[in-house]
Amino acid sequence: MRVQQIAVFLENKSGRLAEITATLADNDINIRALSVADTADFGILRLIVNDVEKAKGVLKANGFTVGITNVIAVEVDDRSGGLASVLKSIEKADLNVEYMYAFVNKTGQNAVLIFRFDEMDKAIAALLQDGFTLLSGEQVCAL
Amino acid sequence: MTTIYWEEEIETLPRVGLESVQLTRLKHLVARVYATVAPYRAKMDAAGVKPADIKTLADLQRLPFTVKDDLRDNYPFGLFTVPMDQVVRVHASSGTTGKPTVVGYTGKDIETWSGVMARALSCAGATSRDMIHNAYGYGLFTGGLGAHYGVERLGATVIPVSGGNTKRQITIMQDFRSTVLLSTPSYALNLADAMVELGVDCKALALRVGIFGAEPWSENMRNEVERKLNIRAVDIYGLSEVMGPGVAMQCLETDRGMHIFEDHFLPEIIDPDTGQVLPPGEKGELVFTTLTKEAFPLIRYRTKDISRLIHEPCACGRTMVRMEKVTGRTDDMLIIRGVNVFPSQVEHVLMGTEGVEPHYQIVVSREGNLDTMAVRVEVSEALFSDEVKTLEKLTRKIQADIKDMLGVTCKVQLVEPRTIQRSEGKAQRVIDNRKM
Repeated sequence: MRVQQIAVFLENKSGRLAEITATLADNDINIRALSVADTADFGILRLIVNDVEKAKGVLKANGFTVGITNVIAVEVDDRSGGLASVLKSIEKADLNVEYMYAFVNKTGQNAVLIFRFDEMDKAIAALLQDGFTLLSGEQVCAL
Repeated sequence: MTTIYWEEEIETLPRVGLESVQLTRLKHLVARVYATVAPYRAKMDAAGVKPADIKTLADLQRLPFTVKDDLRDNYPFGLFTVPMDQVVRVHASSGTTGKPTVVGYTGKDIETWSGVMARALSCAGATSRDMIHNAYGYGLFTGGLGAHYGVERLGATVIPVSGGNTKRQITIMQDFRSTVLLSTPSYALNLADAMVELGVDCKALALRVGIFGAEPWSENMRNEVERKLNIRAVDIYGLSEVMGPGVAMQCLETDRGMHIFEDHFLPEIIDPDTGQVLPPGEKGELVFTTLTKEAFPLIRYRTKDISRLIHEPCACGRTMVRMEKVTGRTDDMLIIRGVNVFPSQVEHVLMGTEGVEPHYQIVVSREGNLDTMAVRVEVSEALFSDEVKTLEKLTRKIQADIKDMLGVTCKVQLVEPRTIQRSEGKAQRVIDNRKM
């Protein structure tokens, strides 16, 4: 029920994001979702890709600092209130969201919400209990 | 302008007379140091030179150098030549590994120091009628107390205001009618900026002259200080090992160089690589021999300051040689807002932080009138996190540790791995963007 996410350190200078995506493209790695967290001084790029190990290897080989972390992917209907219902469940369980981002799948019917929690197990239990669909890594990439 | 001398006879002594005084004192010094300080004796024996070999001033070149490491090796009092019951004061400067350099003074040393400092104040035109605002830090640093005693010796009034509390300093300047300011040049500019903010017109103050030292400053900065504070800005030189402030002082007749008080401090300029004494007027490392100090004399102490000696006579009538404004240092010590910072101290903090790699760079800039220091640290996998708060916590920790160690606030900049230039041999740890 966990999805592996690649995180890459980004120094605040132009062209770095382009270099990362070019490196991934050159190695036939497909990006399913991404988000950038930025501060005044640096950024962190977070990616869901179809081949985590390969992506990590090629990025490292190209001099980037890479980390792999586990996140949760929740599938909801792409309609108003979809995200709100998930957040309500999280709030009820007294969980703290470290960060989140979302994307819509190709059919346009479902949205996928990526969450990072401090307490992952508790979050998984709470979301399953409230009847949400959690996706595996393969499922996310197959979308 | 009539020159005000503190000790006219010695300050205007013809060179031949001055050199005779220097030689007598040098012979006496070498004999005394050889007899009383084992580390000096060992170095002289190793160099095959005896006190009796010093027959002319040129023979000084036969003596071995003293370097900062000699001071550290004999920490704290190993190079003192008198028993501690004759030492009335110690001062210390910060060291690279937390071990400071300790200097000691006998009662007579304090008298000598006050005397040269009174001479320095006179060079700037100060007299017993002046109200002297001493904003150098008081404490182990020689600046505050060194200047203080000189002002008292001169018979002027000293305001021992020390550093900081800028608003109060300005109020004091207004109310006490301060006429002479002693501070670091960067602090003088801070004062000027604060006056503008507070709506204080510097032309309404009684300030006439500022005596600035303890950190490198440029001619541009001199012009700025003079314009902003509506004063004449003059340069003072000193270092704690040699004495403290008052080793050399600019007079009002010239902006070119500071008179070295050569009857007490004998200067040489050497090639920092070969140790050879350079021909007159050439630029090199400044070396001092203290001719009159009792507790902690130094023979051929390498200051690491880069300067040159100006032998041309000065319009003020003083016959003492001038040294040019220090333009750099032979080592990597940085002076940031008056604080000595060694890259190795920063390294010490970084290496004490888990996961930090030994690749870092210190970038020094000047924003407005303040020196700023940024430390660039490469983000290794061990340090990296997908969460912003974790990385920000790390930068705050390094920042706090550096502040604790050095007393300087810096900015910590995380950079990608292998982006800091690796050099072959000596790494370039410091990028100094300050325009001097």
